[in-house]
Amino acid sequence: MTAEAEAILRVDDLTVDYGLIRAVNGVSFEVAQGAIVSLVGSNGAGKTTTMKALSGLVPRAGGAVRFAGAPLDGVTPDGRVARGLAHVPEGRRVFPRMTVRENLLLGAYLRGRDPGVVEDLDRVCEMFPILAARRQQLAGTLSGGEQQMLAIARALMSRPKLLLMDEPSMGLAPQMVDLILEKIVEIRASGATVLLVEQNAVEAIRLSDVVYVLRLGAVIHRSAGRDMDESLLKALYLGHDI
Amino acid sequence: MEDIVNALALFANYVAVPATAYGAQLALGALGVTLIFGILRFANFAHGEMMSFGTMATILVTWGLQDAGIGLGPFPTALLALPVGILAAITMALVVDRTVFRFYRRQRSNPIVFAIVSVGVMFLLAGLVRIIIGPDDQSFADGARFVINAREFKELTGLEEGIAIKQTQIITVVVAGAVVAALFWFLQKTRSGKAMRAYSDDEDLALLSGISPERVVAICWIIAAALAAIAGTLYGLDKTYKPFIFLQILLPIFAATILGGIGQPVGAILGAFIVAFSEVMVTYAFRKFLAYLGPQDWAPDGLVQLLSTDYKFAVSFIILVVVLLIRPTGIIRGKVIV
Repeated sequence: MTAEAEAILRVDDLTVDYGLIRAVNGVSFEVAQGAIVSLVGSNGAGKTTTMKALSGLVPRAGGAVRFAGAPLDGVTPDGRVARGLAHVPEGRRVFPRMTVRENLLLGAYLRGRDPGVVEDLDRVCEMFPILAARRQQLAGTLSGGEQQMLAIARALMSRPKLLLMDEPSMGLAPQMVDLILEKIVEIRASGATVLLVEQNAVEAIRLSDVVYVLRLGAVIHRSAGRDMDESLLKALYLGHDI
Repeated sequence: MEDIVNALALFANYVAVPATAYGAQLALGALGVTLIFGILRFANFAHGEMMSFGTMATILVTWGLQDAGIGLGPFPTALLALPVGILAAITMALVVDRTVFRFYRRQRSNPIVFAIVSVGVMFLLAGLVRIIIGPDDQSFADGARFVINAREFKELTGLEEGIAIKQTQIITVVVAGAVVAALFWFLQKTRSGKAMRAYSDDEDLALLSGISPERVVAICWIIAAALAAIAGTLYGLDKTYKPFIFLQILLPIFAATILGGIGQPVGAILGAFIVAFSEVMVTYAFRKFLAYLGPQDWAPDGLVQLLSTDYKFAVSFIILVVVLLIRPTGIIRGKVIV
């Protein structure tokens, strides 16, 4: 019971349809306050769609989502940002024709003239020093790794309680992958909760408190990060039931 | 030497000056269409009639002011009435959005559905305008007519050809310049302007940044309607207000929008001037112009006019077809219509 009370996000029997195709078919999981939780699974398992349904980019066909103690029924994507839910979508998404600084300020769009915005600008620039150096540069001219850092920093500018990160290390050079994973731990240390979708499952599991394995739009396994080893993961990926 | 100057004066009088004023009017219209495409992602066929509606409101207020004896001295009274016309157009745009377009947004309808719906709105607005002000042409320009007329110009310079500059042409260019500068300042520097650009660039990422789509859409309608009312009023002042012209004027406006690159404000302005100059030049009889430039006592037999002015809208149509065939993204690479 206490574990439930501490959950910042509870997803019950979530279903999402794309036209006639059911992409997410009754996913249930919960994310405890201050944890790093990973969703892993092969392509088409429904991880990205689950994330999009949580941030409101795609409509939910059924099930219930509770965030920070209140249901998210009928809350628009901007309303969810206001409640403290930030989403770093897949594919290093930034506004390429705006400067790094403008991108970061758009992340804090809902906070208006809050003086804390300037503080947070310094904070994320401290976390990602390269962004400070590139402040006035157009985001489209950054390297892939820098764009990913900017995408994460943009999401942090809304001061989220829960950060959804979809494939943050995809397509990046190995050192950059290590750096991004390091930053995820740092973000959690700063007080935010992280829900992570990673293709790089072994690495993701190493830093996660809880791991959910998804297959064909449903959760097939849950375990603590430390209990998950590579052979078990392989078996789950290959479709063996445990 | 003097012949060349005369040729240039002739060209300026019949081509450059009117095309510049016309280009500025088209630019304001095309900016509205391009903004709506950038934000709402559909081709708004009702934009011409929105210009008409705003202009009609301006005319009605102008008449009221004239009756009350209120004016702006040498300037047209319509400038005083224009803010009311702008407000009327904005109100209408927001009402139409709430009652019509919002429904289709909630349905997540595809862009072609929106375009067809806008055709319906176009007919509705056209009907409304004709019920209120009637189908007849209205002339509502008052104040001084010319800044300089052809005779004064000739006396001043001693040339054979005069350049007449109408006051409305100067007003058009000045007002259009000020409006465009204000629009660019808004889009580049303000928080709402940046939110609009962000939404146009990457809708999902804008939503995830906390930008409210309804707010962006409302701001977009407000700007587009204001631009429409200003463009229509300037066009009406420069020529006369003809309720039936606003269906035809969609063609050069769409041509300008697509030529410049859809969703690109700078492109819309560029496209508008190219369309305006093409239209005026293709329908201008170059006979006298060539006579000045050619040898003594030599003049072409024909008018050297490519198309009769009756066909001026064909020019936009040709530009539209050529752009779509050769470079469908427009001069400044915009979004391709699918």
